[in-house]
Amino acid sequence: MENISEVSLLGKSVVALENFTPEEIRLVLDTAYGMKKIICRGGDKKLSNLRGKAIINLFYEPSTRTRTSFELAGKYLGADVVSINSGTSSIVKGESLRDTLRTIEAMGVDAIVMRHKAEGAADYATKVVSPVIINAGDGAHAHPSQALLDLFTIEQKKGRLAGLKVAIVGDILHSRVARSDVYAMTKMGIDVHIAGFKTLLPRFFEFEGVTVHENLEDAIKDADVINVLRIQLERQQAGLFPSTREYARVYGINEDRLKLAKDDVLILHPGPQNKGLEISSEVTYCKQSAIHDQVQNGVAIRMALLDLTLNGGTK
Amino acid sequence: MNQTWQIQRGDEINYKSLLIRGGRVIDPANNFDGIADVLIVDGKISAVKPNIDFAADCQFDATGKIVTPGLIDMHVHLREPGQEAKEDFLSGSKAAIAGGFTTVATMPNTTPNVDNAALVRAMVKRAEDVGLINIKIIGAVTKGRKGLELAEMRDMIDAGAVAFSDDGSFDDNAKIFMNALDYLHDTGKVIICHEEETSLVKEGVMNEGKRSALLGLKGRPTVAEDIAVARDALLAEYTGGRLHIAHISSARAVEIVRDAKRRGVKITAEVTPQHLTMTEDLVNPVDASTKINPPLRTQADCDAMLQGLLDGTIDMIVTDHSPHAPEEKDREYMYAPSGFPGLETSIAVLLTDLYHKGKIDLPTLIAKMTAAPAQVFNLNAGTLSIGAPGDVAVIDTELVWTVDADKFYTRGSHSPFVGRQLKGRTVATVVGGNLMKLNQI
Repeated sequence: MENISEVSLLGKSVVALENFTPEEIRLVLDTAYGMKKIICRGGDKKLSNLRGKAIINLFYEPSTRTRTSFELAGKYLGADVVSINSGTSSIVKGESLRDTLRTIEAMGVDAIVMRHKAEGAADYATKVVSPVIINAGDGAHAHPSQALLDLFTIEQKKGRLAGLKVAIVGDILHSRVARSDVYAMTKMGIDVHIAGFKTLLPRFFEFEGVTVHENLEDAIKDADVINVLRIQLERQQAGLFPSTREYARVYGINEDRLKLAKDDVLILHPGPQNKGLEISSEVTYCKQSAIHDQVQNGVAIRMALLDLTLNGGTK
Repeated sequence: MNQTWQIQRGDEINYKSLLIRGGRVIDPANNFDGIADVLIVDGKISAVKPNIDFAADCQFDATGKIVTPGLIDMHVHLREPGQEAKEDFLSGSKAAIAGGFTTVATMPNTTPNVDNAALVRAMVKRAEDVGLINIKIIGAVTKGRKGLELAEMRDMIDAGAVAFSDDGSFDDNAKIFMNALDYLHDTGKVIICHEEETSLVKEGVMNEGKRSALLGLKGRPTVAEDIAVARDALLAEYTGGRLHIAHISSARAVEIVRDAKRRGVKITAEVTPQHLTMTEDLVNPVDASTKINPPLRTQADCDAMLQGLLDGTIDMIVTDHSPHAPEEKDREYMYAPSGFPGLETSIAVLLTDLYHKGKIDLPTLIAKMTAAPAQVFNLNAGTLSIGAPGDVAVIDTELVWTVDADKFYTRGSHSPFVGRQLKGRTVATVVGGNLMKLNQI
C-alpha cells in the first residue's frame, strides 16, 4: 500500500478498533508478517527493538493464551515484561483501578497490557495514566488484538480480505471478540454475518456492513470463513438456552453444517473450545481449521502492536 | 470562565421584613404572572403587588429577574443517616439554596434505612437543627426496603414522614405492594415507586438500545419500567391507593400513566431534568457520571417526557439529586454507583434546554416545581399566597454560566452537566423570610 510510511502508531493506545483507520490496520498486518517470520525462523528469536522498555501485563480476568502471547511477544522484542494477576496483588486488598494504574505508572513502565471485566476499563486507563494502554479485553466491549489476529489469519489463508463472507456465530451478546471483529472486518471490506439464538444476540444491534441472523444456516451458507465463538457454560444457568445438548444440536458447528459453507471454508475459534458444544472435535481438527494458526499468529500480531506503539515499527 | 458563587446569609443581619422589588412574579398556585413586589414579614408572605410602599428592614432588587415560590424537590438523597461521605443535610441544604430550592424531600435508602418512627423523628430533628431549608422526610414502605414486610408507616406518619418509598429498588412482591397501598389508603399518604422490574435490569448499567449493543454494556430495557408502571397502576386502580411514579423515563410508561389518569386512577408522576434532556448517546464508559437508574433513554423518550409534562400526565419535576463521593464515581462504569447531584443544575438546565428553546413557558415550568408537588404531597409550600411561608426563589433567566464541579456545594462531583454552559441561574433564595443571596465573586 502506498504512503504506508506516513501511518504511525507510535505512542497510540490500542483500546478498540473503532478508533483505527483501515490504513492503521493494514500497517499492523504488514508488520505482523515480518514478526511471524522471526517466530518461525528457529534458533534465536530475540530482537532488540524494545530493549530497555518495560511492559506490564495487568490481568483482572483469567487468561492463558492472551497473557502468555503478550508476554512472549514483549520478550521476543527484547522488552522486560512483568505479569500481574489480580488474585495475587494488592487488588484483592481493595485498591482501586486508578491507584493500581498510577502505582504501575510510577515504576516507569512504557506499556500496560490490560484485561478487565468492565467495559471501558482500558479506555478509562488511558485517561488516568500516560503509558501506552493495550486492551487485552474489556468485558463484552473489545478485544482488538484478537480481531487483528483473526484478520491476519484470514488473509494468510485466503490471500485477501475484501469481498470475503465471514460468519461469526454463537454468543454474540457477551462477546468482545465479535464486537472487535465487526469493526475490524467491515473496515477491511469483509461481508460480515453474525448469528446466534435471539437470547444470545444483542438487541438493537445495527451496524453497516453486518447482517444479523437468528438462523445459523442462513449465516454460514456460502461462507468463506466461520468464526465460532466460545459458549460460556454459565449462559445456560442464566437461562439463555435450555441445555448444552440442545445448543450443540441446533447451533453447534459440525461436519454436516460445514457443507453449507464453501468447500474451502476456514474455521476460526478464539479459544478455549468447548468441544461438542459450539464446535465438534472433527471440525476443530479438520484441515480447514486454522485454530492452531491463530495462536501462533496471535504472538506475531502482538509483537507488531507492541513494536509499532512503543518503537514506531522497524521500517 | 472562573465563577465562584457564595451564599450570603441574611440571618446574620437579623431583620424582620424583606421586600423583593420589581421582579416578574410567577406564582402558578394563584395564577399570577406579572411585575410585582413581594413583601415578607415575620417569615410569612405579607403582600404581592406592584409598588409596595413599606419600609422593609431588607430590600432586594429583582428587576429583570423572575420571582417564584421557593422551588420544591420531592426526590433527593441527602444521604443521612450513615452516608455522610456522599452528602449530609448541611451540604445538601446549601446545594438546594444554590439551586433555588426551599423544600426538599429526602429518600430513606440510607444506612440504616429510614424505616421506623425513631429514625424519622431523629431526621426531622436533624433537619430543624440544620435549619437552612425545609427538609421533609420520606419513610420506607417495607422494613429494610426489602419488600418483604410492611414498615411501621403509621408510626412514621405521626413522627412526621410526608410520603413513603422504597426508592432505589422495585418491590417485586406484588402482594406486599398491594398491602402497602391498602394500608395507607385512609391516610392520604402517597407511595413513591422506583419502577424497574428487578430481574430485567439485573447487572444492567445503561439503557438497552443501540448504544449498549455496540459498547457491550449490559442493558436496562424500557420494558422493565413499563411492566413495573403497568403493574402498579393496575394495583392503584384496584385498591384505590395513591401511587406516585418516581423519575419516569420511558415513553411507553408515560402512555400507561396517561391512560391510568384517564381512568381516574390516583396516580401521579415525576420526571428529572436529565430524563427530559439527555439520551443514551452521552454514555461513555470512561466516565460514570451518566450512570443513573433508570438510565438515560432515547430522544423519542425525551420527547415523550416533555409531551407528558405539557399535557399534565407528568405532574412535577424532581432532581433525583444523588451525590456520591468522588472516588466512588471515578472508577469502572460497571462498578460505579448510580446517580449524580442535581440540585445546583436543575433550574439552569431546564431553562437552557426547555425554556430558551421554546419548549415550555415559564409559568408551566415553575408550576411543575412549586404548586404541583405542594398539591400532590399536601405541603404548606409552593405558593406566594398571603400567609404562606416566606419561601421564594429569584432566578435570572438570562445569566450565562459554566457548571464547575469544584464550585458545587454538594459533596457529589460527577455530573454529566459539568462543563456545560447554561443560561439561567438562581441568584437568591429566601427561606422563611431569610434572604440568601448567591453572590458571584
